[in-house]
Amino acid sequence: MARKQEISHAKPAMNIWSGVLFGIGLMALIDEIIFHQLLQWHHFYDLFTPFIGILSDGLLNAFALFALVAGLFMFADIQRRHIAHMRTWTASLFLGLGGFQVFDGIVNHKLLQIHQVRYGVEILPYDLAWNISGLMLLIIGTVLFTQARKHMKPSEAR
Amino acid sequence: MEHANFLPIEIAAALIALAALILYPAGMYISGKKHKKWPFHRFILWSAGVVLAASALTGPLAQLSHTNFTAHMMGHLLVGMLAPLLLVFGRPMTLLMRTLNVRSAKKLSRLLNSRHISFITNPLVAATLNIGGLFLIYMTGLFTMMHMSAWLYALIHLHVFLAGYLFTISLIYIDITTHRYSYMYRALVLILALGFHKVLSKLIYAAPPEGIPKDAGESGALLMYYGGDVIDVGLIIILCWQWYRARSPKMQKTAGPT
Repeated sequence: MARKQEISHAKPAMNIWSGVLFGIGLMALIDEIIFHQLLQWHHFYDLFTPFIGILSDGLLNAFALFALVAGLFMFADIQRRHIAHMRTWTASLFLGLGGFQVFDGIVNHKLLQIHQVRYGVEILPYDLAWNISGLMLLIIGTVLFTQARKHMKPSEAR
Repeated sequence: MEHANFLPIEIAAALIALAALILYPAGMYISGKKHKKWPFHRFILWSAGVVLAASALTGPLAQLSHTNFTAHMMGHLLVGMLAPLLLVFGRPMTLLMRTLNVRSAKKLSRLLNSRHISFITNPLVAATLNIGGLFLIYMTGLFTMMHMSAWLYALIHLHVFLAGYLFTISLIYIDITTHRYSYMYRALVLILALGFHKVLSKLIYAAPPEGIPKDAGESGALLMYYGGDVIDVGLIIILCWQWYRARSPKMQKTAGPT
């Protein structure tokens, strides 16, 4: 009985937070490992980057590490409580992945101009590839999210 | 660079470490007579912390660190980050409380509850003392000055160690904790502190302290950045693990096994 009660109290919020946090952390680290370290398209430190650029990078990286670990522990928590909703979680994961990608592509690259995807080349194709791939992840997340809500009982879909 | 005579500091550091290695098991013995036996693994963690902190201040690594910037950074990671973490897991305050008689224990607990202690164990204050201190050392002339004055060198290393320890106990509650803050607040402070630690290592990479050649500064900064990452992830995991344990739902008999 108690368990049933818990399930009916299952709010998607924890599923969403866990998925989004994990997605953001994962994409931020993928970005750093592939583009900063393996391809070295934009660097560990770029000599012409202003202080605010390094500052936001440092805070973002610390947040990414935290988000990855915290997202996983939150997932363990909802599993333990039997309120894990895999469709909602997967949808949130994609929203986190795409959200970070588009945020990086629009805010960091274009508005703040902390760094670009690549230097010394025609930047437009890279920007398009970067943001469109991010947008596609966001769209996948949104589609999955509406599907997840259809699969929920009315009491859960709040 | 003209160097001061660091021998007295090395001797002092060795003596303090020796005292820490003798007093702790003595405390274990006294505590064991009154209470449950003190777990031996905490002594291992404590000793590891003491030895690692001492190795940065006395012996070959300490001597190398005066001239080699990477060795200096290794010492910084040990004294300011890894050793405090290990020492906290040794739960020295809990052990101290158990060895003291009731009157002294009450006095100590009053001290821990005082306004000053409550101020500096606020995570944001502790983080500022820790990371802010590092900014002062590496971004001002302090780094050069400390190698010319043994007193300044001792003072700065004492600060790095104490601030690192304070930072650790303000974020993860292992030992006796008098003033508690929410996980969200501690998580935010941890992210800010880690972020600024990364920022500082990048600034050192770009412009090492006076008298440090460019390539030496770069390798030191890389060690600070990635070495810091390893310990930082450890802190994050411990904080999240404590959150996970605290949120454990009350085991209900009706909850069923599956």
